[in-house]
Amino acid sequence: MALDDTKKIKDFKVVGTRPNRPDGIDKVTGRARFGADMVAPGMLTGRVLRSPHAHARILRIDTSKAEALPGVKAVVTRADFGDVPDHVANVIDNCMAGDKALYDGHAVAAIAANSAAVARKALKLIEVEYEVLPHVTDVDEAMKPGAPVLHEGWQQETVPEGYSGNVISRVEFGHGDIEAGLAKADRVVERTYRTGATHQGYIEPHACLATMSADGQGDLWVCTQGHYMVRNVCAAILGMEQGQLRVTASEIGGGFGGKTVVFLEPVALMLAKKSGRPVKMVMSRSEVLRATGPTASTSIDVRIGMTKEGRITAAFAELRYQGGAYPGSPVDMGSMSAFAPYDLENVKTVGWDVVSNRPKAAAYRAPGAPMAAFAVESAIDELAKGFGLDPLAVRLMNGAKEGTKASYGPTYPAIGLMATLEAAHKHPHWTAPLGENQGRGVACGFWFNFGGDTCVSLNVTPDGTVTVSEGNPDIGGSRASMTMMAAEELGIPYDQVRTIIADTGSLGQNEVTDGSRVTFAVGLATIEAARAAKREMCKRAAMIWGIDEEAVEWEDGAARPAGPNAGKFPPMTIKEIAAVASNTGGPIAGHHEVTAEGAGVSFGTHMVDVEVDPDTGATKILRYTVFQDAGRAVHPAYVEGQFQGGAVQGIGWALNEEYIYGEDGILQNAGFLDYRIPVASDLPMIDTVILEIPNPGHPYGVRGVGETPIVPPLAAVANAVSAAAGVRMTRLPMSPPRVLAAIQAAKG
Amino acid sequence: MRYEAPQDVEAAVRILAAEQGAYVLAGGTDLLVKLRSDMIEPEVVVDIKRIAGMKAITAEDGGWRIGAAVSGAEMGEHASLVADWPGVVEAAGLIGSTQVQGRATLAGNLCNASPAADSVPAMVAAGAVVRVVGPKGTRDVAVIDIPKSPGKTTLEAGEFIASVFLPARGTRSGDAYLRFIPRTEMDIAVVGCGISLSLDEEGRVTAARVALGAVGPKVILVEAAAAAIKRRVLDEATLSDLAEACSKAATPIDDKRGTVDFRRHVAGVLARRAAVIAEARAKGEKA
Repeated sequence: MALDDTKKIKDFKVVGTRPNRPDGIDKVTGRARFGADMVAPGMLTGRVLRSPHAHARILRIDTSKAEALPGVKAVVTRADFGDVPDHVANVIDNCMAGDKALYDGHAVAAIAANSAAVARKALKLIEVEYEVLPHVTDVDEAMKPGAPVLHEGWQQETVPEGYSGNVISRVEFGHGDIEAGLAKADRVVERTYRTGATHQGYIEPHACLATMSADGQGDLWVCTQGHYMVRNVCAAILGMEQGQLRVTASEIGGGFGGKTVVFLEPVALMLAKKSGRPVKMVMSRSEVLRATGPTASTSIDVRIGMTKEGRITAAFAELRYQGGAYPGSPVDMGSMSAFAPYDLENVKTVGWDVVSNRPKAAAYRAPGAPMAAFAVESAIDELAKGFGLDPLAVRLMNGAKEGTKASYGPTYPAIGLMATLEAAHKHPHWTAPLGENQGRGVACGFWFNFGGDTCVSLNVTPDGTVTVSEGNPDIGGSRASMTMMAAEELGIPYDQVRTIIADTGSLGQNEVTDGSRVTFAVGLATIEAARAAKREMCKRAAMIWGIDEEAVEWEDGAARPAGPNAGKFPPMTIKEIAAVASNTGGPIAGHHEVTAEGAGVSFGTHMVDVEVDPDTGATKILRYTVFQDAGRAVHPAYVEGQFQGGAVQGIGWALNEEYIYGEDGILQNAGFLDYRIPVASDLPMIDTVILEIPNPGHPYGVRGVGETPIVPPLAAVANAVSAAAGVRMTRLPMSPPRVLAAIQAAKG
Repeated sequence: MRYEAPQDVEAAVRILAAEQGAYVLAGGTDLLVKLRSDMIEPEVVVDIKRIAGMKAITAEDGGWRIGAAVSGAEMGEHASLVADWPGVVEAAGLIGSTQVQGRATLAGNLCNASPAADSVPAMVAAGAVVRVVGPKGTRDVAVIDIPKSPGKTTLEAGEFIASVFLPARGTRSGDAYLRFIPRTEMDIAVVGCGISLSLDEEGRVTAARVALGAVGPKVILVEAAAAAIKRRVLDEATLSDLAEACSKAATPIDDKRGTVDFRRHVAGVLARRAAVIAEARAKGEKA
């Protein structure tokens, strides 16, 4: 669907305002029902037994003592699942270990019991005989030829000889001639950067309630970013038809990509099937950190050449991402996005997907991109400063614009990178004075954005109010945004529309809430569904008036006779048309089904001031401003919220967040005390500047905004800390011991 | 699991002495966390809050007796206590969140026996003494002698701490506690340092106690640090000697929270900064 003509998109009445979110009251009063809030009669408590080893062959599991314990109603191991289709083989293996436990916390058995106390006792009665194997958790170590191999024979043909079997695949992107380009440079920076693995840190742990009736019909209530995905994956694992499993999404306390896959759900369904009772499972925080889907840790080499005027002559990066125990780290997207903000003649990225004895990585907000941007934007900063050039001016000189051939292949349509850079350059933040031990950093970031399968149904009630049913869990205010777009299109007030998240029995397939797709794709489908309803209402009015339906148009919430009939009849409002619908053909609805394409790419530029305590290495964030292209900000407060949230998660990634594994391969910090996400008092107010360069692929010009804001902050903060500390920081997180050590090493 | 709420010390001691798996509940901010995370499975939880005196802050011999169930928030609202021992009150006030502050106690922080406990170095610097009650009667014990090793105390079966006594605050004296954490709150000390000192009229240190937390298996009273600043004004040279003595006295480990080198260095940095605050307080300046 193309962008509406520009005249039309200037006349918004609802889009661009800031109404209260429809789910707000329930959330602030505690009435909203999250994953763990559902109960069912006769419900059992499900608990998981997890591997205490990083890598071990499972020789034997004896569950007989646990099964004999009074109050235990079902015990499940991998054997209960039998053979599953290939496309979900790794999924079930991650949810319930097969021959081997592949990481600390890997599930090996589960129990459903009358109470948590009984379940806890029963877990201790399960006997597992392990053969402990050597393990590897570091990406560079895992790539070495002698490293312990997780999966024999999984290496793909893209990997040359001489690498460990843990190196699963190699990707390459780019164009031009790197060596020729570097030869034209006045200076080449060549550095290695490393980033720790981080977790999305959503506040709500994974939780679900499963029931399975004797005739094979299943119901699942679950906290997820995509209940249609949960249905499809669980049905495949359990050998059910998709139509027999109804999945309802609970309210969701954050996901950031981490709830786009299943962990507990197939296990809960199997426990329910075996016990014949509803089974509720809720993860503890420690389980969330040990055994869900953090992001990859990385090791990245960058080589960039620049002329003394600031023009980049060639750019190369080699990216190594360990994505945990199964293939599929986001190294491909890291490799594609690394140089996406720049217009480069010679550019190349090589990416390596590596497995290690850690939990399998799931998506985390712009998966793969923040680490790549950290490396590239750090190197560009170092080059610019080495030449005494303004780092924003260097980016303006090299930045991508409409017509630029992107490093990953396509040629850009209208994009907003330059607008963000120009806004940053003239913002008062850029020229504000800095004090002693303070530094300022900037960085750019890019994200692809996504569309995908989408299905929306819009119904006009007999009193003329409107309900919208969509199939994407509302994770960032999307019910408000859908309501606004429906109200805009129908010409009725915001409070006349209510949007719900429908269960899998109510709509066709919907892609998960990921790829910053919902406001774009579901918005597009909502607008089309509203247009279909408007056409139907115009038809009903035409019928009543006895004129051609082509001679009726919709304006300000009412059908009006148009053309030669203009003014012949008074307008019929949506309420008037709805009231007589039973006499004009029945209920009025519109719906739209689409595989949405044309999600516009998105760019942002971040600017941050920090102060580093030279005696302790502690970093304080003093000021932070986000500049990003939103295409069209449907609800500006939620766009700002996305900008702020991305910046804050990026700050955490830059400064303190990190999966810390011991020599024994056991996660050392499986709790929020030692896995340090920023707290409110760590942060200043994050300022935001919304740029609006309409996306040509959406009727209102909407672009996804949710992911791009986590891409620049790692590098922006690193550039600021490096400036404040007087030493270049190339490893994340920049925890106080690392910064202090770097300061002391630089002093000699 | 049983819950008991005895009305007097004797009844509490009887239950605690009789049962193997008995745990004392005052604020519960450590106990309930351990319960919820399956770290402990108590047979009986003995709530001491109904025992007379447990929630009281009482003047005694020029100092203050603080009941075992007095929360950090209650101490923070006690103006006279804050005026005398601002370092101890601030140290207790650093523990946890606002909600935790309404429950968490000095005695609980001490009995949890974490090497990183915030209030403990401050109490040791203050020369605090706890009153221990138990089957064999009552005894007064210096705070430094309560922790034995991480998670372990010197309390015997059936004993619990009934109160903490902070001695009389001398003239021209002040205390301070600082900790290093990677965040700004809701965190655990990577290094902690409490200092209490007295000055003569010329500003020379006449008495000092310096204690370090989180840099050894238990709190460390650094006598060399006190000696390094005695009879001296706190100028740059004195502060450097203080910092060096503290860095030397620290016996930290490398772990997820920090390295040996980092902790040793920061022990000195905090000592220096805490001394400056304590000095200002001793001089009656705002700090």
